Amino acid sequence: MEWDWNFVAEIMPTLLQGLRLTLLVTLLSAVVAAGLGLAFAILRRSENRLIAAPVGLVIEFIRGTPLLVQLYFIFYVLPDIGIVLPPLAAGVIGMGLHYATYTAEVYRAGIENVPRDQWEAARATNLTPRQTWIHVIVPQAVPPMIPALANYLIAMFKETPLLSAITVLELMNQAKSVANSSYRYIEPMTMVGMFFLAMSLVSVVILRWLEHRFGRLAK
Amino acid sequence: MADWSGYLNLILQGALVTAQLTIYGSALALVAAFLAGMGRLAPWRAVRWLSTLYIEFFRGTSIYVQLFWAYFVLPFMGITLSPLAAGILALGLNVGAYAAEVVRGAILSVPRDQYEATVALNLTGAQRMRHVIVPQALPLMLPTFGNNAIELLKATAVVSLISLTDMTFQAQIVRAQTGNTLIPFAMILILYFAMALLISAGMRSLERRMTRGLDGVR
Repeated sequence: MEWDWNFVAEIMPTLLQGLRLTLLVTLLSAVVAAGLGLAFAILRRSENRLIAAPVGLVIEFIRGTPLLVQLYFIFYVLPDIGIVLPPLAAGVIGMGLHYATYTAEVYRAGIENVPRDQWEAARATNLTPRQTWIHVIVPQAVPPMIPALANYLIAMFKETPLLSAITVLELMNQAKSVANSSYRYIEPMTMVGMFFLAMSLVSVVILRWLEHRFGRLAK
Repeated sequence: MADWSGYLNLILQGALVTAQLTIYGSALALVAAFLAGMGRLAPWRAVRWLSTLYIEFFRGTSIYVQLFWAYFVLPFMGITLSPLAAGILALGLNVGAYAAEVVRGAILSVPRDQYEATVALNLTGAQRMRHVIVPQALPLMLPTFGNNAIELLKATAVVSLISLTDMTFQAQIVRAQTGNTLIPFAMILILYFAMALLISAGMRSLERRMTRGLDGVR
């Protein structure tokens, strides 16, 4: 089968539509992962073992099982107990939750890098734990970790095709539906690959810049 | 809801396919990782360039796209793979690309004087790698290799989408036939987690074996 540029031009609008949804999903899930990850990291450090231990177990469990199965779980099992989520919401929650367990590790490294005397100073000035986290620890722990967090943003972007399995019409799903209706697989699949490669190359440049901008604060 | 032992059997058969994919995929990934990781450090420009191309390509595109490409596009070029072969190929090459960077990093972190000593002793390039550099670099790679193997195990779930009857695929069948969603999915989640724990335990004991006798060196 030959490569057909006319067909590529024909399917381009559909693919670009899919790409837009892919980017939207990535950004929304990134927000969930960034927020939830910080919560995980802080709860896991809690002095109360009844909080720290279960949170640790949940993190390990989510990290040790496939995202695809988690997505199925959210999309197919939760409706049985009365929680019906639209595909997009299920996808964002599933992906955000999965990657939150990874970003939690990044935050942990950032938190451990905050010098001990900062904690002691917070205690000496009689700050509550809440104030200590919000005003002292998090502002120092998070900026050096931004490049590492951005790394996971790229990883999430590459995982979005999984959402096609729960009927989200993102880039991969659009390409599959085009391929199935025209019986041409070469162009749609290759174009999707090219899109991902192009976006990854762009994101590598942005990552370098982020490392330059924020990485230095660590020292 | 009647025949639970039959459904259980189905899921265990799927677990076997998942285990198979993980083992063969890891083996391929290991070979690819060493070839590409050392290739990036080779004295020949063409080999370095080719290795970089491989690594960047497989890290830059999604595993899912690679799998679909291997399964749906390659047949048009005259290469028809069975779903199992396509799965092993895509998983192995994808994880191999990540692991190649680990190999490269570990080899580079072996102290320079070790290289100088092999030159002074007049070892050939192959002897240097085989007897001096790799034995010291391997313990550094192992923990990350363990993580990579778990990533590979998790990525195997994706092959259910190209009609390979792995654990996730079988769970979908059980769901379709019984209408029960919680039990099959909860069960395979636990099985995946158990396999991941098994891999990390295996890697830890391997690490202990490999570092035996290296205490004074590092």
